Amino acid sequence: MFVFRLDSHSGVPTYLQLVQQVRQAVLLGFLQPGDRLPLIREVVETLAINPNTVAKAYRQMEQEGLAVGRPGQGTFITSTQTAALSPATYSALRRGLEAWLHQAYAAGLDRQAAAALFTTVQQSIDKEAA
Amino acid sequence: MTATDIALTAEGLSKRYRRTWALRDCTLEVPAGRVIALIGPNGAGKSTLLRLSAGLLAPTAGTVRVLGEDPTANTPQVLARIGFLAQDHPLFKHFTVAELIRFGRSCNRRFDRHLVETRMAELGIPLDRRAGALSGGQQAQVALALALAKHPALLLLDEPMAALDPVARLEFLQVLMGAVAVDGVTVLFSSHAVPELERVCDHLVVLNGSRVALTGDIETLLAEHRLLVGPRVSAEPESSATIVSATHSDRHTTLLVRDGGGPTAPGWQANPVGLEELVLAYLRRTPAPTAEAVAA
Repeated sequence: MFVFRLDSHSGVPTYLQLVQQVRQAVLLGFLQPGDRLPLIREVVETLAINPNTVAKAYRQMEQEGLAVGRPGQGTFITSTQTAALSPATYSALRRGLEAWLHQAYAAGLDRQAAAALFTTVQQSIDKEAA
Repeated sequence: MTATDIALTAEGLSKRYRRTWALRDCTLEVPAGRVIALIGPNGAGKSTLLRLSAGLLAPTAGTVRVLGEDPTANTPQVLARIGFLAQDHPLFKHFTVAELIRFGRSCNRRFDRHLVETRMAELGIPLDRRAGALSGGQQAQVALALALAKHPALLLLDEPMAALDPVARLEFLQVLMGAVAVDGVTVLFSSHAVPELERVCDHLVVLNGSRVALTGDIETLLAEHRLLVGPRVSAEPESSATIVSATHSDRHTTLLVRDGGGPTAPGWQANPVGLEELVLAYLRRTPAPTAEAVAA
């Protein structure tokens, strides 16, 4: 069974941390289509967080097409559009991004400016692809 | 909101002990199905508000309604739906856990003995042990299990974790949140430690100097407030915003504003605010001078 964890100092809202962990686990193949996510009660009793937060995370996953809720059964990972990455590809991508970020910081960009630049480039590439 | 969406309503609720106001002109609405943090310094009126809500005190002025009913009427119907755990989770120290369970059964209309016994087994708390011989964390768990056994619609907890170590706190919150997930119980609990509330609470009531300083949905409150940093000014830059606090250094000014997240004035940088920072800003505001300030 998938186990969530919580970083209370990350500044990322709790529900988003849960969504990101599932998204990453799917990407890495740790979670596969048809896998059941823990019940809200199970998550709550492990992490000691508000059930509404878990419900919100699961709703978000459903909206993103990451998971689907089946009444009375639980929440399940849906078949993914993107194939799972091999760990090697994942870490190569991550290293590339880390290198870029170090470069950006060295050039004097702050967190927000770096994030803004990333988003801008992402948007323009998405637009070209569309 | 309909009556079933609201767990607790207070209107002009006030309580005075002799010459001192413990709670003054408290007006608030607490939604059902939520976990509500009641925050404030010592003597802010937290315990008084909880005791008024549990029907243990009668108001000096104003009204409080819990689940649509008057708790001070003390009818079996309303009492059966309210769970109350007083500060330091008092138990009869010479009773064994089994005796406490029997006592709970005979005093309540509805009492889920099975739930308590299962919980005790899960936590490894022996039923033949006297309450006084249990650790602080175990005593808190017994008290919580007894309060949950009546399946209350509203659970009032007065500083439930004040005396607990970090592990016991986590275990306490795990059980509490589990009950919220399964029973949908509304929880109103007081504390003066903000960080540990952040992960469990979705609604906030801040009391300061016996008055309500801030109340609302935590997400909404955080979205409505921003920290603005800009050149040092004497006049406020944005007239539409409410300035909660202002700090000045030689060259720049930091303002905590409640403006609903509108556009930022030129030359100013807007940053989101954290829950702890927000609560502290409201607690640092000096409450309007009142009789108890003179008395104190």
